[in-house]
Amino acid sequence: MPYPASMEESKRKVEATRAKRLEGGNFPRISAEERTSLVSEFHPDYKKEQFRELRIGPNKGGSAPLEIADLLEGNSRIEPDKIDLSKIDYDVDVSVIGCGGAGGAAALLAEESGANVLISSKLRLGDANTIGAQAGTQACDRPNDSPAMHYLDTMGGGHYVNDPELVEALVKDSPSVIRWLEGLGVNWDKESNGSMHELSGGGASRRRLHSCKDYTGLEEMRVIRDEIRQRNMHGRKINWLEFEPAVELLMDDKGQVAGAILMNLETRQMTIVRAKAVVIATGGMGRTHIQGFPTTNHYGATADGLVLAYRVGCPLVHIDTMQYHPTGAAFPPQILGFLVTEKVRTLGAELVNCDGEQFVHPLEARDTEASAEIRECKQRGKGVTTPTGEVGIWLDSPMIDILRGAGTIARELPAMVRQFARFNIDIAKEPMLVYPTLHYQNGGIVIKADASTPVPGLFAAGEAEGGVHGKNRLIGNSTLDLFVFGRRAGKAAAQWAKEGNLGKLTLDHVRKWQREIKEAGLEDMPVSPMLLPNYANQERPVPGFQPLGQVSSYTPFGDRAVRWI
Amino acid sequence: MAEAEVAEKEKVKTLDIYIMGKHYQVPEGLTIQAALEYCGYNLVRSVGCRSGFCGACATVYCFKNDPQLSYALACQKAIEQDMYLTQIPFFPTVEALYNVEDLEPKEGENELEKLYPIILTCFGCNNCTKSCPQDLEVMEFMSAAIRGDYEKVYEKSFDCVMCGLCAARCPQGLQPYVMAMAARRLRGAYLALESKHLLGRVEEIDKGKFDAELEKLKKMSQDELRELYAKREIEPAK
Repeated sequence: MPYPASMEESKRKVEATRAKRLEGGNFPRISAEERTSLVSEFHPDYKKEQFRELRIGPNKGGSAPLEIADLLEGNSRIEPDKIDLSKIDYDVDVSVIGCGGAGGAAALLAEESGANVLISSKLRLGDANTIGAQAGTQACDRPNDSPAMHYLDTMGGGHYVNDPELVEALVKDSPSVIRWLEGLGVNWDKESNGSMHELSGGGASRRRLHSCKDYTGLEEMRVIRDEIRQRNMHGRKINWLEFEPAVELLMDDKGQVAGAILMNLETRQMTIVRAKAVVIATGGMGRTHIQGFPTTNHYGATADGLVLAYRVGCPLVHIDTMQYHPTGAAFPPQILGFLVTEKVRTLGAELVNCDGEQFVHPLEARDTEASAEIRECKQRGKGVTTPTGEVGIWLDSPMIDILRGAGTIARELPAMVRQFARFNIDIAKEPMLVYPTLHYQNGGIVIKADASTPVPGLFAAGEAEGGVHGKNRLIGNSTLDLFVFGRRAGKAAAQWAKEGNLGKLTLDHVRKWQREIKEAGLEDMPVSPMLLPNYANQERPVPGFQPLGQVSSYTPFGDRAVRWI
Repeated sequence: MAEAEVAEKEKVKTLDIYIMGKHYQVPEGLTIQAALEYCGYNLVRSVGCRSGFCGACATVYCFKNDPQLSYALACQKAIEQDMYLTQIPFFPTVEALYNVEDLEPKEGENELEKLYPIILTCFGCNNCTKSCPQDLEVMEFMSAAIRGDYEKVYEKSFDCVMCGLCAARCPQGLQPYVMAMAARRLRGAYLALESKHLLGRVEEIDKGKFDAELEKLKKMSQDELRELYAKREIEPAK
């Protein structure tokens, strides 16, 4: 019996109401007015005390979550006077920083467009949030679908503040992205006649999710990674560096971005990359644990790209909105915050409270689902409490096999089955306990449709960039964003490199930044980019130990935020 | 021992583990990865998605007085009493050179055998299967690779996180995880039937079929969009 006795009683209530719920159908959809009031009352983005005004930089006067604001206003990790810019380690056309889906796609397209490319990664090639994406990639290719419908869904999901040019690019490129990935060898789920097997997703008016079982991002990423390796082995102009995050961008005396300074994570040595164009593809910020939330994100998701871009004067957009995925694991504590794919709901599972009652339609947009869960637990007291003190909502997965036939869960959700089986929970027979978890940075670096930023020579793609999703991203639009804007960034960066001429390299922007910090009295801010979270226990074991479940034990900076130089 | 006594009082049960030979006491219930961090390690290698998808944290362990090796992903496996742990942060790979565009598989020819002639030396010891932290039947998909059965390799290897443990344990030096990668790419690019509606839509978009409609939407005010959005018809889930 995997669930403790304290949770069993509630679990039995879920089982007791299941047949009736299957008969009665889903909870009604929410109206626009109800959605607005629900979200503004319960969504973490609306907790004013968790945000503050930025005091310096291009977004001065704008608002950011406390954790992000600290990083944006942080001290540089480098001493400009101690760095010798005459010793160039890599001299390339395009430097891509970050190697998830967006960085990988940018590198491939830049290389195809004739550029000499260096792609660098903080951890291993391909270790990124992309690899954990499960449910799928949206594309409007079915006959009853259209780019216009995809556009409207995306704008509505984003509260109508998305950049129309970016959304147009997103939806118009979507079918060709699916085709491109297939050409590289991605195995999409298909019907027996070859047509795409597509599922519905929250906030989408058509079935539009292209999946590779529930390992979609893994399949996409390992193919992209293999293609980079293969091109490199063929002697094409694409090279990569692992365990070397960027700590600062380089500029030239004409005000263009001109490369990056990378740091070997193990030896702490600096690598100087001169590049005619730089693509930032560093992903999101989950490991900053905004508002103390656990996260679905990769170990390296620390908002580094935002910091790098901010220091060269690039504005950010919608940085005050984060996505809390409605279904992060709330039990067992070993996998707290771990992503339970939305596909579980697209296949028919409902969210129910401790009494086995529905309280929200299972396929609303993510901010709506998350807010409804928080209301159910915090205001109505209808959550289920775990032995480590977490509160959660049941996700009634066994409904899937009843609705769609025995074996559906095993076939469609192998990753989920495996993850929970490791803790002796059979999701085909028992529900999962879930709660919102920090998942995605809706906003980011300002870009145009060609992925160029307002700073000459700087491009951005993927989660690091903003404007595509407005204030709330839809399921399956992130892996789409990676490849749409990754490809566009690669192409545009290669073109820029062809036309451009670099001046003399300089770190004056870092000196200027440090002066501004001093003038604003912010010398005591932490160093940034953060690079990695600090989860190493500083205490001697065991008294007072808090199980992993307690997010208060996260100390992103701890005492060890030394300036590594 | 004082610590253990206090722990007893606090009712946190501790377990003895050995990280690269060094003894530590850690609370029960932690994953191997969390236990390393609990002991004070600030991880740079052997850590990635922390969700069992990326394969960065491949781990080998055995137990005190029992040399039999076991395998896991450190972010997914809970610690047990007397575990002896080590990480495999990087496993070297030798990948065959190929270009997916030139790999058109032909009837009666096994591209995989051409790329990786070494696969024929597999003698069926099954160490690869035993080492897989995803519990995949690695030897079975290697047999399928030898037969040129790409479909079977795809099916049996699809959940591979490419951690490299199978290659680490193969006495013949085979690298099942990279060989399966080539097979899956071949299948995806050539053997999967074409999706006609996908190709049709790509062509329609290229020809500008939807441009006027999108231009109209792009010019709409928030209120106009809101109205359209509320009225849109939602296709039932399938």
